[in-house]
Amino acid sequence: MSEREPIPSPEAFRDEVVKSYSGKVAKKRAKHILVNDPEVPAEIEANVRTIPGIISQRGCCYAGCKGVVMGPIKDMVHIVHGPIGCSYYAWLSRRNQAATGDGIANFIHYAFSTDMQEEDIVFGGEKKLAQACREAYALLKPTAIGLYSTCPVGLIGDDVHAVARQMKEELGINVFGFSCEGYKGVSQSAGHHIANNGLFKNVVGENDTPVDHPFSINLLGEYNIGGDAFEIERILDLCGIHLVATFSGNVKYDDIAQSHNAKLNVVMCHRSINYMAEMMESKFGIPWFKVNFIGADSTAKSLRKIAEYFGNEDLTARVEEVIADELAKVVSVRADVASRLSGKTAMLFVGGSRAHHYQDLFSEVGMTSVAAGYEFAHRDDYEGRRVLPSIKVDADTRNIEELHITADDTRYAPRRTPEEIAAAEKRGFNWRDYDGMMSQMKKGTLVIDDISHFEMEKLIATYKPDIFCSGIKDKYVVEKMGVPCKQLHSYDYGGPYAGFIGATNFYQEIDRMIGKRISKLITPPWKKQSA
Amino acid sequence: MSLPIAVPSSKRPAATNSCRVCAPLGSVLAFRGLRGCMPLIHGSQGCATYIRRYLISHFREPMDVASTSFDESATIFGGQSNLAAAIKNLVRQYSPEVIGVCTTCLAETIGEDTVGILREITTADPDLPPIIHVATPSFKGCQYRGFHDTVEAILRATARGGERLPHVNLLPGPVSPADLRHLREIVAAFDLPLLMLPDYSETLDGPSLASYAPIPEGGTPLAEVADAGRATGTLQLGATLADGPGAYLEREHGVPLVKASLPIGVRATDAVLESLAAFAMESAAGTSASAPITPAWLSAERGRLVDAYVDGHKYVSGKRVAVVGDPDLAVGVAGFCAEIGLVPVLVASGALTHRMATALDLLGLAPGSFEVMEDADYDSIGRRVAELKPDLILGPSKAYPTSRALGIPLVRIGFPVHDRIGAGRILHLGYRGTQRLFDEVANALLDHQQDSSEMGYAYQ
Ligand code: SF4
Ligand code: SF4
Repeated sequence: MSEREPIPSPEAFRDEVVKSYSGKVAKKRAKHILVNDPEVPAEIEANVRTIPGIISQRGCCYAGCKGVVMGPIKDMVHIVHGPIGCSYYAWLSRRNQAATGDGIANFIHYAFSTDMQEEDIVFGGEKKLAQACREAYALLKPTAIGLYSTCPVGLIGDDVHAVARQMKEELGINVFGFSCEGYKGVSQSAGHHIANNGLFKNVVGENDTPVDHPFSINLLGEYNIGGDAFEIERILDLCGIHLVATFSGNVKYDDIAQSHNAKLNVVMCHRSINYMAEMMESKFGIPWFKVNFIGADSTAKSLRKIAEYFGNEDLTARVEEVIADELAKVVSVRADVASRLSGKTAMLFVGGSRAHHYQDLFSEVGMTSVAAGYEFAHRDDYEGRRVLPSIKVDADTRNIEELHITADDTRYAPRRTPEEIAAAEKRGFNWRDYDGMMSQMKKGTLVIDDISHFEMEKLIATYKPDIFCSGIKDKYVVEKMGVPCKQLHSYDYGGPYAGFIGATNFYQEIDRMIGKRISKLITPPWKKQSA
Repeated sequence: MSLPIAVPSSKRPAATNSCRVCAPLGSVLAFRGLRGCMPLIHGSQGCATYIRRYLISHFREPMDVASTSFDESATIFGGQSNLAAAIKNLVRQYSPEVIGVCTTCLAETIGEDTVGILREITTADPDLPPIIHVATPSFKGCQYRGFHDTVEAILRATARGGERLPHVNLLPGPVSPADLRHLREIVAAFDLPLLMLPDYSETLDGPSLASYAPIPEGGTPLAEVADAGRATGTLQLGATLADGPGAYLEREHGVPLVKASLPIGVRATDAVLESLAAFAMESAAGTSASAPITPAWLSAERGRLVDAYVDGHKYVSGKRVAVVGDPDLAVGVAGFCAEIGLVPVLVASGALTHRMATALDLLGLAPGSFEVMEDADYDSIGRRVAELKPDLILGPSKAYPTSRALGIPLVRIGFPVHDRIGAGRILHLGYRGTQRLFDEVANALLDHQQDSSEMGYAYQ
């Protein structure tokens, strides 16, 4: 156990931080910082605009649309319409992976940009965009092309959708546009929503080839960072569960086009993809529920839930076998690592689901998550979907299109009857629900939404956690403060951390990080003596 | 051999795998070299986040960059209140000594009058720290331009004229922190007081500390920059700069300007040392100080370098190389290559200066023996490399896919280097930097030869 001073009360910390802001800012930030009570999660302010001059982790709408959801579709070409930087910065920087050598085109190493120049800003860039489509098509013959608007495009009034229609006709492949200008919404989250809408309208259901498998599913909200999707694919394969499409990791266009023929949708990252799950249920009758493949026990739990859904004895037996086999390999490592890490503390400030999911991995080795928060999540990701009806819709959210979906005339085929759904519910089976982060965190822990850089520094200085999880923007600040920082966006060049192999990797990685002795070298001996 | 050519990418409809980033990135980098400076990007928040994360993945150091976080209404009505609020909040949280404001394409597209707005803000609150503004529309130029424009903006806002002082201004351009440290050491060896702008040698390559400073220590104090107009002279590094910020000081304050190519290679370093010696002479004129001599350690480093050239010549001579990078770095490295008997067949940059070919001529590269690509992307560079089949590529990490696809070894230089550690410690300049570069180039060629040899010889 560590021999540090008693931890200052979270209430005192919160007051102290809020006090350092000016009146208006203090009032706003106070609503984003809560001391948790898992029994009655309090209302947190989330998904509102970051205050100018407050250094945030957040990116933009375009980053959420092109960078997160669309970019990983590997046999598409993604053309960014705008000046050069926006495209450059989203060029593989997420470390999402896609298999090569499977005979399917993989263009994720490409970054296309219309590289707008002054004359394009003045006279419009639609022609250039059309020409870029032709050039990309001639060069790579992609399955489909996506066009993405950046900030200046929205202002000069270029119509990416019109160009997309024209090019679809001319090139004979699917071409579709996204109005995902960076200033829309308050973060990446707006871009996820816009990407979900675009994928749903333009791709899902485009290929009606039936899926001939009794246990076919789509995995929603898994982006294959560091190879996570590969590990999940491996496990599903062992279980005999057929994965139609992963939105969007190691996936090709046609998988998504055919995904409406799967029997079930399971959702990993609720924040970025719940729209898709809902829309597919309304239009095609595919039920969904939340899973979590981060953590060995969570993976086992998720697999059991999928087996329960299908209600097939053979499948259930197979799943149990796989779990037993795989867990056997995990537990010895886990016990060994837990003998060193048990009782240590973690803080997680990242994304829209990982700050929650990764708490499972930490608790598997006996660590406590003492503070956590999301970068771009909404209230439901904190407090659970039950608060959905009470979420206020502000101007930033109102600007993001909400599709109203009705059942498809010919293809709506509910996979479960209302009676079956109700019966399962009675057994305690949770459909289309997510309880959020707060109900899982201990009483008295800190929950901070859209943490600012300034708050993060105070948090670390006050509590000195044993490990801090966030992204590259914070990493070197945290490490300069003597606390190891694990990047949960890009995984620090490591991974996978999902599934069983991933859990083992993560335990060992955290063990290495917390156990390293380098910080002991910081102060030279001559300074130590004089101190 | 073909004549130098320029491939105009502005005529191409798309950049495929770009070889340049955007202007505010260069600006933020330059602002980081001012002491106590907090960069603030006026426009959408996404650009600030992207720029930050990109610079961090290269330097692996903290890099705070604030944003005025435009929302949809700011895109219509302007971001005046955002800018005012951002400045106020930054001052309250970080107490910066100076705030550096640059702009995203969005702010520039709506034609925001940033200068006017800032004037109002500073008039209303005279207690604010100095605010330096530079317009950085990326549809007019890339990070290279953003960097130099920012250095000039800092000088315009700060430099004052007056009686001559003994120091020399050094405008190093976007080089690495290790380069900056070495430049400082070289100038000090001539007993010359130095004003280097920018100087991010500490702010972007800082030590692990027992206690953390939100704005990292180091950087050139603004108060010192004020004296830039009174220097003995300005040494501006970068062979492709047309005028550059040094020309402003010369025009406005009569500070003599010496332009030099980056000191990479023996001759280019000799030239820089000679300029410094001349400045030292000038600076010491009228005092009792004796005429400056080139310090012994520099002569020794030069001697060792030439000796290494002799030893390594057989491994490098006649080998053909492609060089990719910021225009000045690419030109400087190509000059060094030619000096040691390597044959630069392609010198490429994503920036557009129209001056690379001339600069290479001036460095003595045989006209017609090399090709120049300005305004290029990696797709076109990769194609040309595939045709030219050089033995080696010198360039940033983004050249790795080309190197891998063609089986040509890559020596990493410049920016960005995000697939190796120590990007900030890559020393390119001086005899010492050249020595490192030379060893690496020779060893990369040896590595390749050894790895691809059927015998797998282990003794050379
Ligand atoms: S809009 Fe301009 S400033 Fe922003 S990332 Fe794109 S190119 Fe850079
Ligand atoms: S310009 Fe807009 S779209 Fe591009 S990076 Fe900046 S915020 Fe995002």
